[in-house]
Amino acid sequence: MRLIRALVILGLLLVPLMGRAANLPDAELAKLVTGLAGDGFDDKIAAIDALGTSGDARAVAILKALTDGKLAASDDKQMLIEGAGGKFTDAVTGAPVTPGAEPERIHVNNRLRGLIDGALSRLTLYSADPGDRLSAATEALHHPSLGAVPSLDKALATEQDKGVAAALKLARAAGLLQSPDAAVRLAAVDELAASTDSEVRGLLGELVGGHESDPKVIAAAKTALAKIERQLAYIEIGINLFQGLSLGSVLLLAAMGLAVTFGVMGVINMAHGEMIMLGAYTTFVVQEIFRAFLPAGLFDLYLVVSVPAAFLVAGAVGVALERTIIRFLYGRPLETLLATWGISLMLQQLVRSIFGAPNKEVANPSWMTGGFQILGGFTVTWNRLVIIAFGFVVLGALVLVLRRTNLGLHMRAVTQNRKMAAIMGIPTDKVDALTFGLGSGIAGMAGVALSQIGNVSPNLGTIYIIDSFMVVVFGGVGSLVGTLAGAMGLGVVNKFLEPFAGAVLGKILVLVAIIIFIQFRPRGLFALKGRSVEA
Amino acid sequence: MSFITRRAALAGATALMTALTLAGQARAADDTIKIGVLHSLSGTMAISETTLKDTVLMMVDDLNKKGGLLGKKVEAVVVDPASNWPLFAEKARELISKDHVAVVFGCWTSVSRKSVLPVFEELNGLLFYPVQYEGEESSNNVFYTGAAPNQQAIPAVEYLMSKEGGEVKRWVLEGTDYVYPRTTNKILEAFLKSKGVPAEDIKVNYTPFGFSDWQTEVADIKKFASAGKKTAVVSTVNGDANVPFYKELANEGIKATDIPVVAFSVGEEELAGIDTKNLVGHLAAWNYFESVKNSTNEAFIKKWHTYIKNDKRVTNDPMEATYIGFKMWTQAVLQAGTTNVDAVRQAMYGQKVAAPGGFQAVMNTNHHLSKPVMIGEIQANGQFDIVWQTKAPIKADAWSPFLPEDKGKVADWTFPWNCGNCTSPKAVAYE
Repeated sequence: MRLIRALVILGLLLVPLMGRAANLPDAELAKLVTGLAGDGFDDKIAAIDALGTSGDARAVAILKALTDGKLAASDDKQMLIEGAGGKFTDAVTGAPVTPGAEPERIHVNNRLRGLIDGALSRLTLYSADPGDRLSAATEALHHPSLGAVPSLDKALATEQDKGVAAALKLARAAGLLQSPDAAVRLAAVDELAASTDSEVRGLLGELVGGHESDPKVIAAAKTALAKIERQLAYIEIGINLFQGLSLGSVLLLAAMGLAVTFGVMGVINMAHGEMIMLGAYTTFVVQEIFRAFLPAGLFDLYLVVSVPAAFLVAGAVGVALERTIIRFLYGRPLETLLATWGISLMLQQLVRSIFGAPNKEVANPSWMTGGFQILGGFTVTWNRLVIIAFGFVVLGALVLVLRRTNLGLHMRAVTQNRKMAAIMGIPTDKVDALTFGLGSGIAGMAGVALSQIGNVSPNLGTIYIIDSFMVVVFGGVGSLVGTLAGAMGLGVVNKFLEPFAGAVLGKILVLVAIIIFIQFRPRGLFALKGRSVEA
Repeated sequence: MSFITRRAALAGATALMTALTLAGQARAADDTIKIGVLHSLSGTMAISETTLKDTVLMMVDDLNKKGGLLGKKVEAVVVDPASNWPLFAEKARELISKDHVAVVFGCWTSVSRKSVLPVFEELNGLLFYPVQYEGEESSNNVFYTGAAPNQQAIPAVEYLMSKEGGEVKRWVLEGTDYVYPRTTNKILEAFLKSKGVPAEDIKVNYTPFGFSDWQTEVADIKKFASAGKKTAVVSTVNGDANVPFYKELANEGIKATDIPVVAFSVGEEELAGIDTKNLVGHLAAWNYFESVKNSTNEAFIKKWHTYIKNDKRVTNDPMEATYIGFKMWTQAVLQAGTTNVDAVRQAMYGQKVAAPGGFQAVMNTNHHLSKPVMIGEIQANGQFDIVWQTKAPIKADAWSPFLPEDKGKVADWTFPWNCGNCTSPKAVAYE
């Protein structure tokens, strides 16, 4: 018995060295898998580790099932994997099983999930898919161990993909930090110093923080850390700039509709935020329609369809509001303010009655999920990138409409001199309605974008209304360039203030700065000049 | 002449009206018991509080179907304080002095509770408050059925410190800027320091209500976590700000295995607004999860689905706390044989209810419950998988033992203490 165990352990040690290794005998694997259902936390950890080093191809499926909560134990301790449609198969042999009683699902928590990821990475290091290999290498860096170094070496020898090879080297160096030989550790520190990965910074920090006894290694780690910190300081400026642009593009989207209704028409539209909200709810409805009636493969397109849908819905509501209420209030800003505020409350309550008070879930389509890492562990997220681009596209389209179309010409004519425009035969009533509809429609499109980063709730609009007015007033009423400059300026300033002033104080500082600014330039950054301003 | 007649007629009419109203009230008092529901149905908090209003109405409906209380029908008076804190106090006064309700179920935010507190104490009303909160309070006129910090925040942090929880050494306390997060974080900071966590390993950050741009905060968390020690985020972020926070976490690729986030204000209802695929493993601490398996909970969920006519609606901790509070109040009324506030209050102490969480909730003399703490991890289906739970119920501390200013403070509304905030007994026994 002892001999067998010794042989098994020897086998376990050899397996990773052999790369793609032969499978374990069924009985051995079954024993390991049963360990996953052990009572003690330590039993489970040991079983996961053993499966990770087993090199058995079946272990991948078993560990994946474990993280997904699909691994279960029957009454007689037979380990089962739950497949599609609730059918069970034996975890080891893969034979279909019909359990008597409901099998008990094996629970995992974060700690175990981390260990499973580490174990899986060791098993998928030789996968045919470079993506798998890259995540395996990254995972190995997150959980470095000296024991993994030989298998990393082996993988490095055959690795063709440059990105994967670099990640493997980092992971290898991280593992070597645990070597008993100080010279090896020193070399590892030097190798790590070239990276700005946040994980590496953590590892070096650990060394300096007391995990290391050799003074040479500590000194090297300190220099490496200082170098990384210097690089990070530069990267941070880039990060702040990107975040500022991203916040700016959100503000731009939220404010652009208002730049039309308030800026061009002069209507203080407190229901502007609710137009954004209607756009977000339209997105939700379109998403639900896609989920219910169209094949899953088309789901990612729902957002594209949502943009015109939201424009039409919010625009139609805008036209209806203008025709029924706002047109009677032109030239009476106070009444307009109160009436539109009342409308905003009514729209909120209407949506609450139709859709219910809780938030609605709007999923990011897969092409807007996640992000990509650039230097220093800084992630550029896809949804932010898409929203920045979307903001500029909408702005461009709006400029084209105002400058290059008949409707745009009429709009400008009516807002500059209503009587003259009427005399020239422009149907001012119709133009008013369409202008308000256009502003509302753009707000609706902003709602599509905002549904991707925030809540979809009846209160969505109230969050953005103040910011929108701030942008328009700061940028200059009636000027689209001003709205762009205002939004981007506020976004960037906010993001540069936030790291040291904090979110609360940062916002206050920006508000105070704007108040002071308005004292000196009451018409904002880009003031319109000419007779119409005085009218 | 005609003037006098008119005045006389007016006086007569007034008298008649008064008499009618009095008679009406007397009749109402005869065959119905009125209870007040004081939850925001519009404004920012409607998102959370509307569900609790529905929960109370469901319980009332259920009670009436089973024959009512003390042989009378129970009638719910629903008012809408519209997420407006001073309006809460006004509506509370209206409920007690105009509608003569026997009890009020209501409030969510601490600021709304603080706003109605003087009204309930002045008019000797009775309020059941169903939400987890920062503690540091015990009023003779309020029963707190949500968790105090030692029933939620402290056990959650202890779990993360344990081997099972990942042996976290570095802490980010991220909160919304108002009284609940600030007090909870003060208690947590004191607790962490008492456990030997150095000050440089604790980072506290606040953001405004409804905060929506989390890029800087999430990048900061990532940076703070890259110091080579296992880091966790303790989130007291409240309300609307949570969805953008979690979306940013997911998109920045912060996985629960790297930096777990444990939240005290995120339950099943909040997750309903988020796609949880990328959030699996992040945690929440509560006294109840919908995924708890027992027959009381199954019945509770079924009752809710039937009442709300939607199988997709979830249940959550404040709903369970409302359920416990309502049941306890009906039991106390039956025990006292009256809805008189003083009598019901005395009958509340020691009252037990089989909770959907799968245990006996017990009301203590500090007006708080004893209940166990559960820690759940978010699953891809928007539910929680319970990964840890206290073996026995934990008694709520109204005053935190970790705050120096709370030293010696006692909340006990029975003889000889008879107070919610004092360091020596109020009553002295006759020798």
